[in-house]
Amino acid sequence: MNATAPLIEVDKLDAWYGQRQVLHAVDFTVTSGEIRVIMGGSGSGKSTLLRHLLGLQRPAAGSVRLFGVDMGKASERERLDVRKRIGVSFQGGALLTSLSVGENVALPLREHTDLDESTIRIMSRLKLEVVNLGGFQDLMPSQLSGGMVKRAALARAIVMDPRLLFFDEPSAGLDPVVSAELDELILRLRDALRMTIVVVTHELESAFKIADTITVLDQGRVLLTGSVAQVRAADNERIQDLLNRRPREMQVDAEAYLRRLTQEQT
Amino acid sequence: MSALERPLQGLGRATIGAISGVGYAAMLLVESLYYCVAGRRLGQRVRLAAIVRQMREIGVDALPIVALLGFTVGLMLGIQFIASLAEFGAQSQVVVAVAKSVTREFGALITAILVAGRSGSALAARIGSMSVSQEVDALAVIGIEPVRYLVAPALIAMLVMLPVLTIFANAVAIIGAALYSAPALNVTPSAYLLQTLSLLTPGDVWQGLSKSVVFALLITLIGVSTGFSVTGGAEGVGRATTRAVVLSICWIIVVDMVFSFFINR
Repeated sequence: MNATAPLIEVDKLDAWYGQRQVLHAVDFTVTSGEIRVIMGGSGSGKSTLLRHLLGLQRPAAGSVRLFGVDMGKASERERLDVRKRIGVSFQGGALLTSLSVGENVALPLREHTDLDESTIRIMSRLKLEVVNLGGFQDLMPSQLSGGMVKRAALARAIVMDPRLLFFDEPSAGLDPVVSAELDELILRLRDALRMTIVVVTHELESAFKIADTITVLDQGRVLLTGSVAQVRAADNERIQDLLNRRPREMQVDAEAYLRRLTQEQT
Repeated sequence: MSALERPLQGLGRATIGAISGVGYAAMLLVESLYYCVAGRRLGQRVRLAAIVRQMREIGVDALPIVALLGFTVGLMLGIQFIASLAEFGAQSQVVVAVAKSVTREFGALITAILVAGRSGSALAARIGSMSVSQEVDALAVIGIEPVRYLVAPALIAMLVMLPVLTIFANAVAIIGAALYSAPALNVTPSAYLLQTLSLLTPGDVWQGLSKSVVFALLITLIGVSTGFSVTGGAEGVGRATTRAVVLSICWIIVVDMVFSFFINR
């Protein structure tokens, strides 16, 4: 694969939950070395887009390519190869509660490499040091605070030295200091380990701080993809609503409203 | 019209739900067997350590309670058979009655019901809470197929340990029966046991064991498939756990009856 080819290419992606369409023909490209923030309000489809990027859901229409591999059509072997090259930090951390922090971080190495036990131990402790959790390897996930869980999840996500890192809501549920620390950490990872990072968030402050480029999603459509300055200067009303924390103006369709009220349950 | 339509719709939906449930469980079975055979080639090796851990949880940890229940059931059968056969003056037949009913039916049945309550529910709860907290997704994106990591070891462990527990329960139950019946028949317990051994045919034991293999499949597949289909947070996990136990016990009893019918025709 040549160096200029995008790491992620999403082409006309549609997604549905039952009868409701949550993504409408989304196009999305991320090139190597950038920090891309996917921004949008609740229900804008950003989590759904992330699930498709990770190959956890098959596209209803359109395609998702990671490292040039179409995740919807790839064989199991190809998908596994892609997954070894990506790291994901989930919103709630998603550490396996039955394993200690150290075992959680070591899990990808244990499953995908033939390294001996002491190398695995050293490598996983190294990554725990990177996220400032040195010495916490023997605790269980339930003994960690919210911020520590996120950092431990980050350590697990980067333990295989992925080229592409996904981060879902890094600052959700954290106090401002801890979330600022996480932002710093994300910037450091990009600079030190040359990772390409995709962050999904609705926190404006942290988005503007870490992003190289921002994609704004609204109601399943991409409103804009551009640099921080471009997003700030955008004259789109919905983007300005998001930036200025303005409540959106609801337009009530009288017919639909009455229909919803009177419709019999099916 | 609509009065008739609604129950029909409900029935249709329930039928489709049941069929898709069976299909999902069958898919989990095929996938886990596939990973057991071809996992190494796909980079999805089913770990021996994981199987052994499951075997301990399902099998070894259940030994005390299986022993207790097996013994009690044996004792109970001894008491009942002595009492009812005495009416015909046929107390001596208690040996063969206990031996056959324990090995063919009760050993496998009691063990399966117990393991469904202990391990089937544990599987559902574990996998359910893992899917609620995105741990299942996390496994998938790390490149660990959840079926290979969570289902295959449990399935193998269950397929090995349930028959082993059944043999153990058979032995304990017959000893329990011997302790009550031997004095009533004026023989020593060891003479009772020797007579049991001479009366039992391999077919009796195989009948129980073949059932326990089917029960093992049922318990595991019902446990994991209800676990994976959990929605709705902690409450959903609780509901799935209950559902797993109730469903497995119902299936176990029904399948046991069907099996007995065909084997003994």
